[in-house]
Amino acid sequence: MTRHLLSGNAAAAWGARLARADYVPAFPITPQTEIIETLAGWIESGAMPGRLTLLESEHSMLTAACAAAVTGVRVFTATSSQGLLYALEMIYAAPGLRAPFVLVNVSRGVQTPVTLEPDHTDVLAARDSGFLQLHCATCQEVLDSILIAYRLAEHPDIRLPVLVNLDGFYLSFTREPVLLPSVEQTARFLPPFAPEHLRFRADQPVAEGAAVLGSAAYSYFRYQSHLAALAALPAFEAICAEFDTVFGRSYSIVEAYRMEDADNVFLMIGSFATKAKVAVDRLRDAGRRVGLLRPRLTRPWPEAGLQRWLLGRRTVMVVDQNLSMGKGGVLATELASSLYGRPDAPRLLSFIGGLGGRDIGVEEFHEMAAIAQRSADTGATPPPRLLYTADELREVRKLQAIAHNAPRRAGEPS
Amino acid sequence: MTDSSFAHLKNLPKARQLAGGTPMCAGCGGLQVLHQVLDILGENTVLINAAGCMTLLANYPYTPLRGSWLYTAMASAPAGAQGVRDALDILLERGLPKEQDLTVVVLSGDGAAGGIGLSAASAAIERGLDFIYLVYDNEGYGNTGQQQSASTPHGARTATCRDLRRWKKDLFAIWTAHLPTYAATLIGCEPLDLARKVEKAATMKGPRLLLALAPCPTGWDFDPAETTEIGRLAVRSGIWPLKEYADGRVTHTRAPHDRLPVEDYLSRQGRFRHLFEPQRDAVQLGEIQAAVDTYWNEIRDY
Repeated sequence: MTRHLLSGNAAAAWGARLARADYVPAFPITPQTEIIETLAGWIESGAMPGRLTLLESEHSMLTAACAAAVTGVRVFTATSSQGLLYALEMIYAAPGLRAPFVLVNVSRGVQTPVTLEPDHTDVLAARDSGFLQLHCATCQEVLDSILIAYRLAEHPDIRLPVLVNLDGFYLSFTREPVLLPSVEQTARFLPPFAPEHLRFRADQPVAEGAAVLGSAAYSYFRYQSHLAALAALPAFEAICAEFDTVFGRSYSIVEAYRMEDADNVFLMIGSFATKAKVAVDRLRDAGRRVGLLRPRLTRPWPEAGLQRWLLGRRTVMVVDQNLSMGKGGVLATELASSLYGRPDAPRLLSFIGGLGGRDIGVEEFHEMAAIAQRSADTGATPPPRLLYTADELREVRKLQAIAHNAPRRAGEPS
Repeated sequence: MTDSSFAHLKNLPKARQLAGGTPMCAGCGGLQVLHQVLDILGENTVLINAAGCMTLLANYPYTPLRGSWLYTAMASAPAGAQGVRDALDILLERGLPKEQDLTVVVLSGDGAAGGIGLSAASAAIERGLDFIYLVYDNEGYGNTGQQQSASTPHGARTATCRDLRRWKKDLFAIWTAHLPTYAATLIGCEPLDLARKVEKAATMKGPRLLLALAPCPTGWDFDPAETTEIGRLAVRSGIWPLKEYADGRVTHTRAPHDRLPVEDYLSRQGRFRHLFEPQRDAVQLGEIQAAVDTYWNEIRDY
């Protein structure tokens, strides 16, 4: 194992390389492009065996990924934001094919308005597809999650594609020290892909993706994929135990930070959770009993794990970096379903923050904790709240003033 | 068209690649073509299907094929072909025996080929993908009840237009503009012409188009027993030119010197009935005939 300073994107490329991905169907999109550029460079120079094909769209890229995976090779691909949305038809098609491959999504907000900066609205659009989802907080975790993702995807009880998510800019372009395992060490953890029945061969004709007539077969196969996704929870724990043995790093389904005696608990996914950790430390220094939970998996949803950590606490503050218009934060909604009807459930407070790359300041974590404490004391749950400052509003008002007061062209009525 | 092993009908393959009892409509011109094409290509094929009528061929747990099948989506069958071809090439380099290799064939209707899937096909040709692109052109979105597609011909009635006033998209010309290895038009009622072209395409590498007119009893409104006759009229009237493109040149393989009036073809189909009833639409019929005449007057290769 050697230590390198790597961006999240470079760590993702190393993940694919160390996993010995045979095939990389690719299409560029900011902020993911560096991943496929890095892989293209390695494959062209011979540093990495394998083949990279540049497709003409993400929809085609995902189609090629599915097709190659069911032909029996190990596939890696990556996208972001609009690309994920453009590919969505095939993202929903892949799990039913039981095509085990890894898709990295570098999170970026979706239009309109168009933006380059991150939030999780893109990746949550794939939530109900059947892809498993792993969310990373550090560059090391990006690399490690890709190796773990292949083990999950190719697990005989699972056989589903896995999406590994990292936040655009905050993680994709941030360099952190990353321990790169050797090829031999990685091979001990991740054996070659055993495609078993997944193969197109002359002597074994097979029909993949056949239509069904009637709901009995449809329901059966869809539910099979659901059960396979649920099987990923115990499998993740077993795989991570092996990972720890080989690499000496341990990963749990839900990362718990300073949860001992915590009354009020932040719940977040992705790299912004590292900001929450700093805030939790400061709040603890100030004598507040707060903690942080960070689910690494959102599909399958770690219901039992979250219940175990949360039942009996006073409040949980869900910070959603996404917005389901007309409802609110997706994670808050998901968590509510896991806590519903439990008499010892904490009060659930929903905050929307980090949209389009908006930072979440340490003082905002303090404010959320204060709101949570008030809620715990008064027994009243405040309505969902957007993290947004008066300064931000002033900035938008200025932009609006410019937009609305542009000099009129000659002849236009005033 | 020399060096073909198909001099006579009796030379055509006897073994059938496609089993009976598919869910296609009676008299399906597309199925007629598919069975002839597969009989030439043999069983070492994988069909990559774009959403359309033929998607119902592989219906769990049945398939009428001796070869393999992968359903993709409407827009991206050529990308599916890319993934399978690339994966097979990777496996061959790694020692998969050559006899395990498969010919990768996209199976698409005209709606996908000329519309939603055109971008994926264009890119596959540009990448030089080694595949055959078999299009059954029934001149509309047949599987959903014959709505107008890019291939619907001038004057046709569809479920979404009473009398189309624009010309059929020329998919053959779009393909040849990409400089593929090979392109040919086919029709099921000309099995020798078809067999020779498929045989030729099968010996080549790279992107190869097989574009078949597929008379469609349900969509075009004629009796299923007449599929072959309608096809013959399409060829003999000159409205469906049989041709091929190879080495940068287009050659016509059947030249109807004494072309029948297009009316003979049109009047047999319910979708053109409004051109004849309640009164004859001489203007439109003249336009369609003129377009066919212009096409053949500009052809110099026969």
